[in-house]
Amino acid sequence: MKDLAQRALETAVAQGASYADVRVLSVRQRYLSTKNGEVAQVRESESYGLGVRVIAGGAWGFASTDRLTPEGLAAVAARAVEIAQASALAKKSDVQLAPEEKFVDEWEAPCQIDPFSVPVSRCLDLLLKVDAELRKVQGVTLAECQMDFRRQEQWFVSSLGSAIRQVKTQTGAGFVATSFAGNEIQRRSYPNSFGGQYQTKGYELVEELDLVGHAPQIAEEAVALHSAPQCPAGVRDIILGSSQVGLQIHESIGHPIELDRVLGTEANFAGMSFLTLDQLGSLKYASEIVNVVADATPSHGPGLGTFAYDDEGVPGQRTPIIQNGQFVGYLTSRETAAAIGKPRSNGAMRAEGWNRIPLIRMTNVSLEPGRGTLDALIADTDDAIYMETNRSWSIDDRRYNFQFGTEIGWEIKHGKKVRMVKNPSYGGITTEFWNSCDAICGPEEWTLWGTPNCGKGQPMQTMGTGHGASPARFRRVKVGVAYGS
Amino acid sequence: MTMMLTRQRAKEIFDKVIKYSTAEETEAYITSTASALTRFANNTIHQNVAEEETALSVRAVVEHRTARASTNRLDEPSIRQTCEAALALARLQPPNPDLLPLPHPQTYGSVDRYYPETAELTPQARAETVLRVLQRAEKDQLTAAGVYSSGAVATALFNSRGLEAFHEETISEFSVTMLGPTSSGWAKQTSPFHLELNPAALAERAARKALEGGSPRDLPPDKYTVILEPSAVLDLLGFLFFDFGGLAVHEGRSCLTGRVGEKVFGDNIFVRDDVFHPLQSGPPFDGEGMPRRRVNLVEQGVVKNLVYARSTAKKMGKEPTGHGFPLPNEYGEAPLNIVMEGGRATLDDMIRSTPRGLLVTRFWYIREVDPYQKILTGMTRDGLFWIEEGKIQHGVKNLRFNQSVIEMLRQVEMMSPPQRTAGEESFEMVVPAMKVREFNFSSATKY
Repeated sequence: MKDLAQRALETAVAQGASYADVRVLSVRQRYLSTKNGEVAQVRESESYGLGVRVIAGGAWGFASTDRLTPEGLAAVAARAVEIAQASALAKKSDVQLAPEEKFVDEWEAPCQIDPFSVPVSRCLDLLLKVDAELRKVQGVTLAECQMDFRRQEQWFVSSLGSAIRQVKTQTGAGFVATSFAGNEIQRRSYPNSFGGQYQTKGYELVEELDLVGHAPQIAEEAVALHSAPQCPAGVRDIILGSSQVGLQIHESIGHPIELDRVLGTEANFAGMSFLTLDQLGSLKYASEIVNVVADATPSHGPGLGTFAYDDEGVPGQRTPIIQNGQFVGYLTSRETAAAIGKPRSNGAMRAEGWNRIPLIRMTNVSLEPGRGTLDALIADTDDAIYMETNRSWSIDDRRYNFQFGTEIGWEIKHGKKVRMVKNPSYGGITTEFWNSCDAICGPEEWTLWGTPNCGKGQPMQTMGTGHGASPARFRRVKVGVAYGS
Repeated sequence: MTMMLTRQRAKEIFDKVIKYSTAEETEAYITSTASALTRFANNTIHQNVAEEETALSVRAVVEHRTARASTNRLDEPSIRQTCEAALALARLQPPNPDLLPLPHPQTYGSVDRYYPETAELTPQARAETVLRVLQRAEKDQLTAAGVYSSGAVATALFNSRGLEAFHEETISEFSVTMLGPTSSGWAKQTSPFHLELNPAALAERAARKALEGGSPRDLPPDKYTVILEPSAVLDLLGFLFFDFGGLAVHEGRSCLTGRVGEKVFGDNIFVRDDVFHPLQSGPPFDGEGMPRRRVNLVEQGVVKNLVYARSTAKKMGKEPTGHGFPLPNEYGEAPLNIVMEGGRATLDDMIRSTPRGLLVTRFWYIREVDPYQKILTGMTRDGLFWIEEGKIQHGVKNLRFNQSVIEMLRQVEMMSPPQRTAGEESFEMVVPAMKVREFNFSSATKY
């Protein structure tokens, strides 16, 4: 693989590239799912290809191919340079990159149990056991369970002289119980909605989740929601479960801190950001107890945003984003770091695959834990609604006005969960919301959640991001907004 | 740019699959993509990319079991390994007595959607077009962002019972956002033939919206009459039509469960799925190689028909309609060639007839809040205007809506003729602009 990359790199430079990097990837994926007692999907795929990114004539070009022959490599490198020269027709100035060092290195993400070594029949047996547990509960009309494995090996070489090999294994698993009755569809998911939990680790994640053990309660909750009262509408205190806090971070902190959005390069699709450059260091983003980092380093944990080097050869870093409530950092690339006068990128450029150009993407954007258990937080709360597991999410194109719905909620009165409520939702304005945060649970409640489906860019790229979060309390939030008409 | 997969080349790949497959039945799905995209922002080209790939997906069927393995390595050892992997994966699962044998050879209607000029469009030609759009932006001190893309896709589906299906199609897209200091405008068009795109007109439309929407005013959230441009209609309808899949209804995950045959929408709502419509795109066969049929989904507001993959059709005692996804999958089927009948009104007619209301260019970040009431939430984006006494008065800061799309289709007062429409929230459709009463906005943002 390295030789292929090196050959394409040399051709690109020979064709006139002033800078070039090449990524060769080999990707293997396996997806297994069951539905209502039957195997729904068993599929496996492999993909192998190479992408060449160049600066020529002061502008960017990128071309990719799965034809890894000498002719294919020569053609794709020449094509990247030709495209860059076309880009130069409409350039305002030459592309400038923040300086970076040369790295020659190899890194493999820890993986205790290779998920591809676990027999498919064993995985399906487990999913069918979960399925059976779900359907034991009367009223469950649809049981869906899944496992998802991905291994990626990548060589990155650049004209700086870097040559970096990285291997990552990613595992995801979860289930959902659906109950249709009367004129209502209710769902409960475990451990999270939209695919479950995802981390950069092996099959050990599946074993840690204890899917079978959690199935009965989740199924019972899906059915019980039908007879629960509607979540009340009004201004209320809320406590969010940790996976919902994770998604709240993703949408209302993770995306607005992407510097390419701030500088306008996503204006036509993903949108821009309310975090204009003048707010760096001056905006009180959140209350003083809120500390957020973007941390790609392996010491942060096995998140979907964990790596040793990003996809332009910059080491993974830990970057403060919010310190004691103050906004202090963006996610950058070498180009955007240079654009705002930073001496170095903080390493957030990531590409979905060999046929996509790297973009600024979240790494692991995490909320630092506070203190205490969720039970203690509930005991400390007089009147609120506890909301758990995302059902819907939406935010404007500057990441300012948001609305979320969750699968389930409970009213809290005088320190106790007193009754289940259905169809909970809440909405607000990003900075007002984070400034209303007055309690964050401790490390014992902190989970590094994986969001495997983050979309950005044209052509669209789907990326996995990590979000460490504990349950947290927010004061005086608008709830019930989705059903308020 | 050259198209790499021909019917002949696909057949050669399939012959190798058959050579190595020892499954009872075998299906090969071969796709080839060669595409390029020029992306601009801040009045300069900032990304310019191209890709090419040919991939093979093999489905093995053995003893009422099926599984799929895919690769983009097309040398003989890789093809052999893929065939073996599909069979091995199939053998590892319990049998499914409902699994159907592969379909026999089928006959397909004709669609002609391949334009060599579009497949061969060069980066220089795209850059020159973009340059003219950037000059339009600079004329009024606006900032332009957008994409100009082109390419070709070929799809071949062969199976061991002799079924052969092949489709090739070119694709092109131009979209542009024009940004002023306090406002923005957007326009987008897609076509199999890039010469049917009109980048200059799209740039002009986006620029006019940005200029006329400057200094937008606050508007309290409330129920308003809205005039939805076709892209805004598409954005919302995209969340409805997966519910027209037979399996979704059968499994109780569709908002139409218990409502088929009932009057769900207003009298003026007629919708069909029609891959043969001249403004539609895509192959005339589905993921199993079944021919796509025209299906009337809604007539006078009544849900008349659903679409059915083969297995769903058998389960529900219906005929397959050719809308299935490649097997195995959890979802069953969906209509993906939506054509909605419209009316005779122009957008200007709708504006002139509106004493107080809003003109919506497009929506953004739409998500389903309630799956049965089909309540959606999302934001307006890139051009929201206040209408009073039949005239556009000024731009409005963006609003969030929470609106049942079922309710919305009961409150349509006027429609334009349908047109080929593209958006960012859904697949392409042929839909009209609509005037809708009592559309529910629930909160505002400051942009």
